Amino acid sequence: MRERPISTVPKPALLLLALGLGLQIAWHSSQPPRLAKAENLPPPPSLSALRLASLGEPTALAKALMLHLQAFDSQPGIHLPFSNLDYDRVQEWLTRILELDPPGQYPLLAASRIYGEVSDEPRQRQMLDFIYQKFLDDPNHRWPWLAHVAVIAKHRLKDLTLAQKYARAIRLYATGSEVPFWAKQMEIFILEDMDELESAKVLIGGLLASGKISDAHEIHFLEKRLREIEAKAR
Amino acid sequence: MIRQTRTIAFYTLLEALRNRLMWLVALVALTGIGLSGFLAEIAITESRQIQIALLAAFLRFSAVFLLATFVVTSMVREFNDKGLELVLALPLPRAGYLLGKLAGFAALALVPALLFGLLTLFFTPPTQASLWTLSHIGELWIVAAFSLLCVLTLNQVMASLSAVMFFYLLARAITAIQLIGKDPLSESTLSQKVINFIIEAIATLLPRLDDFARTEWLVYHNGDWAALPPLLAQTAIYLALLTGAALFDLYRKNL
Repeated sequence: MRERPISTVPKPALLLLALGLGLQIAWHSSQPPRLAKAENLPPPPSLSALRLASLGEPTALAKALMLHLQAFDSQPGIHLPFSNLDYDRVQEWLTRILELDPPGQYPLLAASRIYGEVSDEPRQRQMLDFIYQKFLDDPNHRWPWLAHVAVIAKHRLKDLTLAQKYARAIRLYATGSEVPFWAKQMEIFILEDMDELESAKVLIGGLLASGKISDAHEIHFLEKRLREIEAKAR
Repeated sequence: MIRQTRTIAFYTLLEALRNRLMWLVALVALTGIGLSGFLAEIAITESRQIQIALLAAFLRFSAVFLLATFVVTSMVREFNDKGLELVLALPLPRAGYLLGKLAGFAALALVPALLFGLLTLFFTPPTQASLWTLSHIGELWIVAAFSLLCVLTLNQVMASLSAVMFFYLLARAITAIQLIGKDPLSESTLSQKVINFIIEAIATLLPRLDDFARTEWLVYHNGDWAALPPLLAQTAIYLALLTGAALFDLYRKNL
């Protein structure tokens, strides 16, 4: 059906359209930009509520929730210090996301490599302990995160006993054939006199060689982290 | 009757294909890729898994919404144009008309299911994509049949679409609702027992749509062909139930 020309539209109607459009643009421009506030992180809903809300798609919901949680500390154009975050809340969210999607590794990466690398010792220890507890639920798939926090415990916290505890847990519980030999021998590697950069290189190199990391974003992220440690060591 | 049924099915499909529905399906596919791709870019790890999980969930719901909307609006238009009366004035049993419509909608459901299934192939192994697509077809057939039943019963777009969406969401969430009801921490009072009984009764009459086209198959590749026969059986049983109900309603209609 051919439409009639624009000239057939009454002028008041065109005026109203233009006025409405102009007002909407003006209204939008006058609004203050919305900023993420770390203290606004609400408590996570219960697992039952999340399962209900997922409408049978717990995996998809867990992935979306992880991006939602991530958005509270790193949003385009702004960077919020992690010290603004309520770590108890963060841990609750991470736990809930893992419960919703147990094979997912993202919450553990976030706990070990993002939230666990803050320069606030109590918070760092909280995340390390979180990783340890979650590792015990599925050691054969979650050992890389414990391996990483063992290195953090040794070099950042200077707590060799804690690092050994984590390394020993990998040897004792991550006994599956898919766990590489060097990971099972993590205790020796922890006790060796290596600096943080060397340890990180060995760990990341080992993970890459074992094929545990194949995601391009994660490789890029780890390379960036290595460069940061390197710069700090200089 | 078979020839006439086939003709009705063909024209139902033709109506859909000429109704710009394909453009809409293509637009949904592009939107899904764009949206999930954007979200995957934000991710630090599991970016591929995030993309396929969100894409599959989006495509699945969109296919259901598009199909249900088409079935309801096309049937209501046919009622308003007196097309139903015209067809039934011909020497054709009412069952022939209904089965023809159902076959047409079922054929139409193959279009988004196959297209979206092909899209998932970019992210997941063919076996998992096939499993997802086949079970998604079953899910869409159930939705199409339920939409047809609703529109024959309620005759109105708004009421029918609302009923279909309520049915779909309930069928997807019923397992979670049952689990909440069985929470060992909840009190075992009489009212709780009555509510649980009602939930169980509703669940008995609903297909468990959360078992169909599971996103985790695409994300973790843990789908097994053994999962398919029960889903196909559920599809067949529920289609029989819905067709029976729709025929019951259509034959009782005073046209």
